[in-house]
Amino acid sequence: MYSIPFEGFMYPNEVALQWSVLIVLYPFLTGLVAGAFILASLERVFKVDAVKPTYRLALLTALAFLLVAPLPLQLHLGHPERSLEMYLTPHRSSAMAMFGFVYLWYLMVVLLLEIWLDYRRDIVTFAQTSSGWRRWIYRALTLGSLNIGERSLRIDDKLGWIITVIGIPSAFLLHGYVGFIFGSVKANPWWSSPLMPIVFLFSAMVSGIAAVMLLYQFTSRIRKTPVDMRCLDTVAQYLFYTFIIDFSLEMLDLIQRIYVADESFHSLDFMVHTRLWTSQVVIQMLMGTVAPILMLGLAQVCKLGEAVRRRMYALAGLLTLMGVLAMRWNVVIGGQLFSKSFLGYTTYKIGFATREGLLSASALLILPFLILWGLLKLLPPWTEQKV
Amino acid sequence: MSVTRRHFLTLTGGAAVAWDFLQAGTPERSPNYKMADHWWGMLIDVTKCIGSGNCVRACAQENDVPKGFFRTWVEHYHVDDWHLEKPVVESPDGGMHGFPVVAPGAGKDFFVPKMCNQCADSPCVQVCPVGATFITPDGVVLVDEKYCLGCAYCVQACPYGCRFIHPTKHVAQKCTLCYHRISKGLTTACCEACPTGARQLVDLKNPEDPIHEFLKSHSVQVLKPHLATGAKAFYNGLDGSVR
Repeated sequence: MYSIPFEGFMYPNEVALQWSVLIVLYPFLTGLVAGAFILASLERVFKVDAVKPTYRLALLTALAFLLVAPLPLQLHLGHPERSLEMYLTPHRSSAMAMFGFVYLWYLMVVLLLEIWLDYRRDIVTFAQTSSGWRRWIYRALTLGSLNIGERSLRIDDKLGWIITVIGIPSAFLLHGYVGFIFGSVKANPWWSSPLMPIVFLFSAMVSGIAAVMLLYQFTSRIRKTPVDMRCLDTVAQYLFYTFIIDFSLEMLDLIQRIYVADESFHSLDFMVHTRLWTSQVVIQMLMGTVAPILMLGLAQVCKLGEAVRRRMYALAGLLTLMGVLAMRWNVVIGGQLFSKSFLGYTTYKIGFATREGLLSASALLILPFLILWGLLKLLPPWTEQKV
Repeated sequence: MSVTRRHFLTLTGGAAVAWDFLQAGTPERSPNYKMADHWWGMLIDVTKCIGSGNCVRACAQENDVPKGFFRTWVEHYHVDDWHLEKPVVESPDGGMHGFPVVAPGAGKDFFVPKMCNQCADSPCVQVCPVGATFITPDGVVLVDEKYCLGCAYCVQACPYGCRFIHPTKHVAQKCTLCYHRISKGLTTACCEACPTGARQLVDLKNPEDPIHEFLKSHSVQVLKPHLATGAKAFYNGLDGSVR
């Protein structure tokens, strides 16, 4: 135990961190889901036609990340074989237990149903035109519903719209709940804040929109198709607006903490100036927030060429994702680096090939992209290929 | 082998002492223990603690506590007149081996035993996703090790740092207030081992328990009262610098 370096006084049981880098990934992945879905809903519910080329891509991105989102939790559990108990015998006062149901609701009722309804016509057509094993997959995906008559498709569209309308608060709930899991821990002043769910939510939207923006550019390049600049500009614009709200909320939280300066302030202040300086101030705030906001803002006010804008958006998107990942790190890891006695500080050294090490974390970050690749092959979202 | 009268008397005398020793740890039979008749807590008198570490050792032995983790520990505080809010605290090995003698100087020195506060409105019970952590009708917070997922949410939720994940069982563990002993009429291992009586098991539902008189006549407080956990570890003589 005491091989972990710490300074000052830690309660003897809190020297080693309980939640590792895997728990950092969990809110990051669910955030991407919520953000991507909200971008998709712009087209479907709010009729922002400009973002139409990203609609299906956003839905598939959300699904790919949602499928991976519970894996870091599962891998972290001391007894993963008992995890089903959370559904079978949930403890109703536990935020974590209730999250399981929010997750299931979102996966089964919102995302899968919406994707199925949106793709049903394509699936039926693929089931009739493809051959071999693909034919069998598409036939299974039709769920026996082969009617793609005009009336039937109209019903699909209406139902899809209703589900998206339900989906927006569900996406808010999904990620707001992740924030609540941290925000409701009154023992930890770094986490305990009523602003936590809403800060998580807006940073989720920021990360999801940035991820889809990047994926849209990347897939266009791979497919050698021109990027729809009207779409890209609109997505970047929404990213900029959401970022402004997110940044304001985070600053509000920070200013409140500095001004109130309660008994935990000295500890938190010490951490920001030492252990979290690089990850919080340099990566999260300067590189991951201020820089992309300036870039996106510049694209709004200056007349820049297409190529410059594309590169700027790509860089801003990458920095945004890095910043949001750093934010999750600072919340989860940062929240455990100081003693609840406020008299000491511990350290966290990430393992490499351990169960909760860098290798597992990297694999969990790559996995959603592999799933997305499979989904894109199975259910092509490209509007110009739409059957 | 021939047994002389001298040998016989020595052996029987030794056996009698050994038997008495064995009997000392045998819990009283109490088949009629009713949980609803008790509401357990602990009185910790800071003014009596000498930092011997006996309680930590007794707890570790009684409950097979893994090395490097603690169900109870003792903290040594040194508080300067000028830094009332910034005490210097240490608890090497949880205070298990006692503390070196401190030469008298400026400021004050004292020891604070720590353990699970057996909170009535416990944050750890609230957050457990499967209800593996629960409070018994007699007021003790326990963990069902066959049900615990090992998610560590309860460890995060405990404001007092009293929980840990067992390194080989991978489940949450904490002080059980020696439930296996107190439900059989014994006191806890730490109370029994304390040479000064700084720890006393209390039953708030027992009108005969001296705790009632003690609470009337002393200024007693709990740790971190602003968190409203309903803590039942009552501290007498607690300095304001204690965290």
